[in-house]
Amino acid sequence: MIILFYLAGAVALISTVAVILQSNIVHALIYLILSLLAVAVVFYTLGAPFAAVLEAIVYAGAIMVLFLFVIMMLNLGKFSVDQEKSWTSGRVMLVPAIMSAILLAQLINVLRNYEHSIDVVEVGVLEVSALLFGPYVLAVELASILLLAGLVSAYHLAKK
Amino acid sequence: MTWEVGSPLSIISILAVVIVVAAMLIWVERRLLSFWQERLGPNRVGYFGLLQVVADMIKIFYKEDWIPPFADKFGFVLAPAIIMMVILLSFAVVPFAPGVGVIDSNIGVLFMLAMASLGAYSVMLGGLSSNNKYALLGALRATAQMVSYEVFMGISLLGVVALSGSFNLREIVLAQQDGWYVIPQFVGFVIFLIAGIAESHRLPFDIPEAEQEICAGYHTEYSGMKFGMFFVGEYLGLVLISSLITVLFFGGWLGPAFLPPIIWFSIKVFCFIGFFILLRAAVPRPRYDQLMSYGWLVLLPISLINLLVTAAIILSMQ
Repeated sequence: MIILFYLAGAVALISTVAVILQSNIVHALIYLILSLLAVAVVFYTLGAPFAAVLEAIVYAGAIMVLFLFVIMMLNLGKFSVDQEKSWTSGRVMLVPAIMSAILLAQLINVLRNYEHSIDVVEVGVLEVSALLFGPYVLAVELASILLLAGLVSAYHLAKK
Repeated sequence: MTWEVGSPLSIISILAVVIVVAAMLIWVERRLLSFWQERLGPNRVGYFGLLQVVADMIKIFYKEDWIPPFADKFGFVLAPAIIMMVILLSFAVVPFAPGVGVIDSNIGVLFMLAMASLGAYSVMLGGLSSNNKYALLGALRATAQMVSYEVFMGISLLGVVALSGSFNLREIVLAQQDGWYVIPQFVGFVIFLIAGIAESHRLPFDIPEAEQEICAGYHTEYSGMKFGMFFVGEYLGLVLISSLITVLFFGGWLGPAFLPPIIWFSIKVFCFIGFFILLRAAVPRPRYDQLMSYGWLVLLPISLINLLVTAAIILSMQ
């Protein structure tokens, strides 16, 4: 299980870097889906099967589909690939790369002193739902109100 | 080697049987369709034309495997693989009989839904990377159809999940010993059936690949074995949907003891496959906007009300 965790983590990292470096937007999106699926596997190996499946259904299966749908409608051609290539060339990427390297170094520095082994506690669907509709019911309801507001405004915009 | 869930024997035989059955369905469908249309159908190769599939496969392997120069190679090659992978992975959670299955998972229903939602990428990528207007139209239709019907598919299942109290497909089957869920969950069953046809985009919901309007839809540019994978993938989807209906609503392998469980399971699955083929022969294709408004305006409210009523009855019985 722990090997799976590290493997999935590595896949997630590599594919996320590939998302940034890809100049073809569809390929970048496929890497993003791969990264989300890898995160789902990370969740699963840490003993959260429900979160893992929701990650796959909601993020990889629904939100990314809508992203790809929009890209399909925009019909971005060769031009956008060239534009993206010019944006991700060596000179332009230099300063952001240095700055993120500094942040990464700081993060590693913080995590270095944090000794913690991965202890897997399996949390099933029943426990998660009992928590969601027990102590956290207010948060669930607030989130549903937010979604309803989004739905109503989307309907309003689409009607125009 | 024993029959256990997850033993190599179990896994290998499931994989082999599922793929062979899906391939043989090409012949079954053609024979049944011609039977209903008072023709003979393919009856020349082997007994009753049984070897027609083999002949078709040999032919399809010898076809030129052409990638159009204007297509996006990465997506074009990836798309047919996705549909096969996703559907074969879904079979991992299907309980065929006691001891026959790949994994006994506590999140089986959710895993199946996740795989169904990932299946949309196959048609999307296929259509998008073909760089062809008919393929793009087909992919647009397929995406809208699959994303919307996925919603009702999920909600229609929740009644069964609430009744059995589990996401585990094996436990759902065992919970049906006192009576199949098709009786208390008849509405859920009908919605799942319709959504299942729309998910696997078979006729009458084959709007993404409607020949008369948009060539062959998202697989217009595909040839050779890549087309073959889309083709077999469709039949695999048919087997999967039939198995899931059997498991969720018709008691899976349960049945009177004079036949072994796996036979009961196969009989039920083949009844549904036959029903789907009959649907193809009998029902015309709706228009694209009819399909969408039917889904959102009729199926969604009914499935929500079904869930609400089921939950209320369960709570009042406690």
